[in-house]
Amino acid sequence: MIPYGGKALVPYVTGGITADWTSYVLAYEAAGADAIEIGLPFSDPMLDGVTIQQASDRALARGATVDGILADLSEIKVGVPLIAMTYANLVFRAGPAVFCRRLAGAGITGLIVPDLPVDEAAAVSAAAADAGVALILLAAPVTPDDRLAEIGARSRGFVYAVSLMGTTGERDTLDASASRLATRVKAVTDLPVLIGFGVSTPAQAATAAESADGVVVASALMRRVLDGATPDDVRTDVAALRAALG
Amino acid sequence: MTLMAEPAAGRFGDFGGRYVPESLVPACAELAGAFREAWADKTFRDELDHLLAVYAGRPTPLTPALRLGGELGIDLWLKREDLAHTGSHKINNVLGQALLARRLGRTRLIAETGAGQHGVATATAAALLGLSATIFMGSRDIERQRLNVFRMEMLGATVVPVTSGSRTLKDATNEAMRAWVADVPHSHFLLGSVGGPHPYPWMVREFQRVIGTEARSQVPSVPDVVVACVGGGSNAAGTFAGFVDTTARLIGVEAAGGAAMTAGAPGVVHGSRSMVLQDAEGQIAEASSIAAGLDYPGIGPEHAHLGALGRAEYRTVTDAEVVAAIHRLARAEGIICALESAHAVAWVLRAAGSADLPAGSRVLLTLSGRGDKDMVTLSEGADK
Repeated sequence: MIPYGGKALVPYVTGGITADWTSYVLAYEAAGADAIEIGLPFSDPMLDGVTIQQASDRALARGATVDGILADLSEIKVGVPLIAMTYANLVFRAGPAVFCRRLAGAGITGLIVPDLPVDEAAAVSAAAADAGVALILLAAPVTPDDRLAEIGARSRGFVYAVSLMGTTGERDTLDASASRLATRVKAVTDLPVLIGFGVSTPAQAATAAESADGVVVASALMRRVLDGATPDDVRTDVAALRAALG
Repeated sequence: MTLMAEPAAGRFGDFGGRYVPESLVPACAELAGAFREAWADKTFRDELDHLLAVYAGRPTPLTPALRLGGELGIDLWLKREDLAHTGSHKINNVLGQALLARRLGRTRLIAETGAGQHGVATATAAALLGLSATIFMGSRDIERQRLNVFRMEMLGATVVPVTSGSRTLKDATNEAMRAWVADVPHSHFLLGSVGGPHPYPWMVREFQRVIGTEARSQVPSVPDVVVACVGGGSNAAGTFAGFVDTTARLIGVEAAGGAAMTAGAPGVVHGSRSMVLQDAEGQIAEASSIAAGLDYPGIGPEHAHLGALGRAEYRTVTDAEVVAAIHRLARAEGIICALESAHAVAWVLRAAGSADLPAGSRVLLTLSGRGDKDMVTLSEGADK
């Protein structure tokens, strides 16, 4: 899913945030994204800070649905992997098997569920594997070593290293816990390790990539979209991140 | 049956669990271990019992509601949690968790609140034990429960208005959990009901068990029916814990606009799998009740389990029935109860004499809180 060797860039967009939201997906690809994370908005995004909350609310207020977002994706051609991010209730409401097959049908090959820790992941993990979708697990700075090994063993695609203790959202500096965690995760898995949460600027992305295999950037881009940035505008932002990562 | 001593993996049948971000898993595991240890530690139990007695005013009395019971043709006993310190059963759980937080070296309590009763209780325990308290409260609830906001602030707590979503308890809970993730080393998330990730549903039920244990020793005979209101369901859980092994029917009464058991479907919200009001896609619905404390789309997982087993039954009453019930209880017994508690009263008023509650039934009703906080809401309703 994530190219080995280089430094991967995975930008995020909330599905349905604007009528032409898939133009952001295409802009990300054009700017050099290695994979693209698509948020399937949930009413109660407990792990998200104010930016992704607002993005989710805006998308839901526009009438965004999982089916609608997947239908939109089916209408575009993207040459890089697509990864869905959503909360557990949307997965369980449809049923893990149905939900994962739906993702696969729209060309999505990865799934991130931030409120589904490894202990609760068995059913979704099996359903995802059956559908050919990689269930990407998250590791946190407080995760003890034995859990980290389990997360490394059971994650698929890559391991998502949560850079800090907190919600998603832009930060002035990249927390030192990010590189410590990435190093610990890399010691227990051969999968790529991507750092996310609070990676806001090209400089922070470059710093994160010193210890990890790449970064996920969400809030910094969605703040721009909420403020009215066009796909062309954010293509420039993503290109700057790409340049910083090499 | 009895209630599970400690639910394995936090599961009550198909419900419960620990659906939280990885960042919170170690804190939940630590808390589960600490509670298990404390609950088996006589020193901890003695300290809590002492505080419940000399500070919270326990045991609370059991009042025979002779006039109302007579009018309805039933024997009606009221378990008077409205007489506990801070005005509701919330203090039982809060003192337990605050002692546990101190035992864990935490210096800050984070809590969500709907009607403000849990927030007031948390602010109270923080003042008593020298801890700081940050209380998240929906801005809509702040408007309708202003008195409790003043009380929390007077007690030294910081009240943070939550303006996202429905601006009620659901959103306050999201925001409290976000604050917890960002301050795990110093903060204890003092959840007010029997929801949330393991160990909360189990731990909060155990801290509320005192209601049922006392009532069991106070009733002259085993009741035919035990009834309590349910939002998240903590006063009902504590009450039911004392009677689940008897022949008593257990009835939880939901707000018609927040009836997770009656109108919800299985789902995952705020850390556990339970019954949840939601749409076909899984978006959580906004509840709507005159009682801020019941204005919540979910319910504790053990209630979902008891409901699935058929051991407990859940009913709904409307806002109008609730307001009528407050007035009727006030006039008949000289007790002004909370809007939340009045849901249980309203069901008894409606059901008495029907097949659901035949004449001559012996009924234990937990009156979870007092109604002072609701005077503004009720007087505004009277003006209309």
